[in-house]
Amino acid sequence: MKIVVVLRQVPDLIEPLEITSEETALDYDEAGFLVNESDDHALEQALLLAEAGSAEVTALAFDFGDVEQTLFSAAAKGVENITTIPWEESAPPSADVASSMLATAIRSIGPDCVFIGCQAHDELEGALGPRLAVELGFPYLGVIRGVSATGDENVVHAFKEFPGAAKSRMSVRFPAVLGILAADQPPRYVPVSRIRAAMKSAEFDEADLEPVGCSGAVAVTRLSFPAKGDGAQMLTGSEEEVAEQIADILIEKGVLT
Amino acid sequence: MIHQTAKPHEHVGEGFLEELLSHPEGHDILACMQCGTCSGSCPLGQSMEFPPRRMILQARRRDMESVLSSPSVWMCVGCYTCTLRCPREIDLTDTLWPAVRDRALQEGVQPPPELQTALQNLYMYGNVLGKSPRKRLDWAKDLDVPVTDLSKEHTEVDVLWLVGCYPSYYPRNQVVSRAFARMMTRLGISWGVLGVKEKSLGDCDRLFGEEGLFETLVETNKELFQRQKFKTLVLLDPHSYRALQVFYPRYDAGFPAQHYTMFLADYLDKLKPMLTRPVPCKVTYHDNCCVGRRCGSYEPPRELLEAIPGVELVEMERNRENALCCGGGGGGMWLDGHITEHGGKRLSDERIRQAAATGASVLAVSCPYELSRFEDSAKVAGLEDQIVVRDIIELLAESMGLVEGDNS
Repeated sequence: MKIVVVLRQVPDLIEPLEITSEETALDYDEAGFLVNESDDHALEQALLLAEAGSAEVTALAFDFGDVEQTLFSAAAKGVENITTIPWEESAPPSADVASSMLATAIRSIGPDCVFIGCQAHDELEGALGPRLAVELGFPYLGVIRGVSATGDENVVHAFKEFPGAAKSRMSVRFPAVLGILAADQPPRYVPVSRIRAAMKSAEFDEADLEPVGCSGAVAVTRLSFPAKGDGAQMLTGSEEEVAEQIADILIEKGVLT
Repeated sequence: MIHQTAKPHEHVGEGFLEELLSHPEGHDILACMQCGTCSGSCPLGQSMEFPPRRMILQARRRDMESVLSSPSVWMCVGCYTCTLRCPREIDLTDTLWPAVRDRALQEGVQPPPELQTALQNLYMYGNVLGKSPRKRLDWAKDLDVPVTDLSKEHTEVDVLWLVGCYPSYYPRNQVVSRAFARMMTRLGISWGVLGVKEKSLGDCDRLFGEEGLFETLVETNKELFQRQKFKTLVLLDPHSYRALQVFYPRYDAGFPAQHYTMFLADYLDKLKPMLTRPVPCKVTYHDNCCVGRRCGSYEPPRELLEAIPGVELVEMERNRENALCCGGGGGGMWLDGHITEHGGKRLSDERIRQAAATGASVLAVSCPYELSRFEDSAKVAGLEDQIVVRDIIELLAESMGLVEGDNS
């Protein structure tokens, strides 16, 4: 089983985000970057399948942000094949551009299955996974929280949760794109000595691709920070006094009469 | 340090003994006579499946598999009691434990999640708290004394103050940082800080077994320090002081350094006339493990406390080299959940009771970890109305009229 895992860079929320003067996009020049959390889970899930003896993993990423750090870390975790897609813009590619370029690169790799995080915090509508599936002509199954091998090289079991504590197990026949929410276990910690070793030895293939035009599927009309409220009201006093104050507030808000 | 390997070994623990023996200090474990003094001295030894004596035994048997997967690997809090008491003077804390942890990490053993987070923060941001490097100097906002920020101006100073992670970011410790800045200024010392360029010295991650992370930070800090002009480094954090004294020279990165207690004790003649306000309280002092047991400095903090008018210094039954650890070193600061789960207690809870038993109203400390650890423990032990936790800097600054105190 050949799995391609897509690893995206997203803004690191440790620093305050800035919005461009046009108010339609994040100012990526002011941002730091790290790997998208659910993509990291997708990688972990693929590695777990590989360690179970049923997968060969390729990491695929745009050459954007701090992607080298992400890819060295992936190599240190055991990913043997790494491919980057050239990208020189200061902002990451939109979902439609990304899906088109990723699909071209993925076709040349020829995997059985593509793992991608089902969402990213700088993405609208979690669109990349489904759009990529459309580009590839593969079925898409998203919001998956675990994948297990079945013994059949062309089929895996994917697990999803539904409201009401319902859990489903689905048989997925390849080829397919799987949108991963969480792996069977948290992304593993890899010692820095391994990452340093990977920095010296890991080699990346570069996909021979030109940027494609944007069809503008979703246009952002305005981006803004959430409006600040008045802050919290701290209640003080004895338990009885605090309870009385809470009751007064609920009455004032019309929750109680 | 032990030799790092890029790939897991074929068999878990294979070659561990040979790797350990390749290190000069590691060779000493062959001298172990299995007396068990280390295990008997360890404040958490009773909770370990593999305390130091059994770890050595397993290593010599070339049977490390069960050791590496045991919770014991993450139980050491780096207190140095085993090392100090070992009759064969085997360097257990700085050599055996990091080697075992390093090997566990190399074999793919996952450290407790709370520790993983701290390690990842260190690697990504240069501080264990996961705070923005751009906010390193936030503690000095609106400070009423000038701060020489060496990340912006290249100038010569006498003291390059390495503020440290907790004193830079943690609100309770920021109070101490501001007091120390005022104190150095009042003493007429030429001092500067590295501002946004400062990173952790990697003091504890070496004991975590994260040798690669430690080497990364040593390389960064060595280059950074070499570009500065200063006479000595001064640190609030005893773990960082220990790292500079003991580990950095092994990487050809030795720099003159003092823990602040040593530094201020050298200024006592000048400091004493400035200690004008009485601070009437009974104080007991907690020896931190790195400046104390590891580096053998016990008197400077006591000299400082005794110089404060009104302070009555009383000793806990366990003091100086027999002091009980607070449980925060060697990664313990980020292993409370693991240690409480497997050890059944936090050492700081026990230590705060020992402090209160002296009748002192103030527990004086000289380590950034200890303020929050002991303040939490005072609440857990129901002693917060009986004893407060103050850094020595706070007591000195109060006597100098630089801060207002609360020692009741």
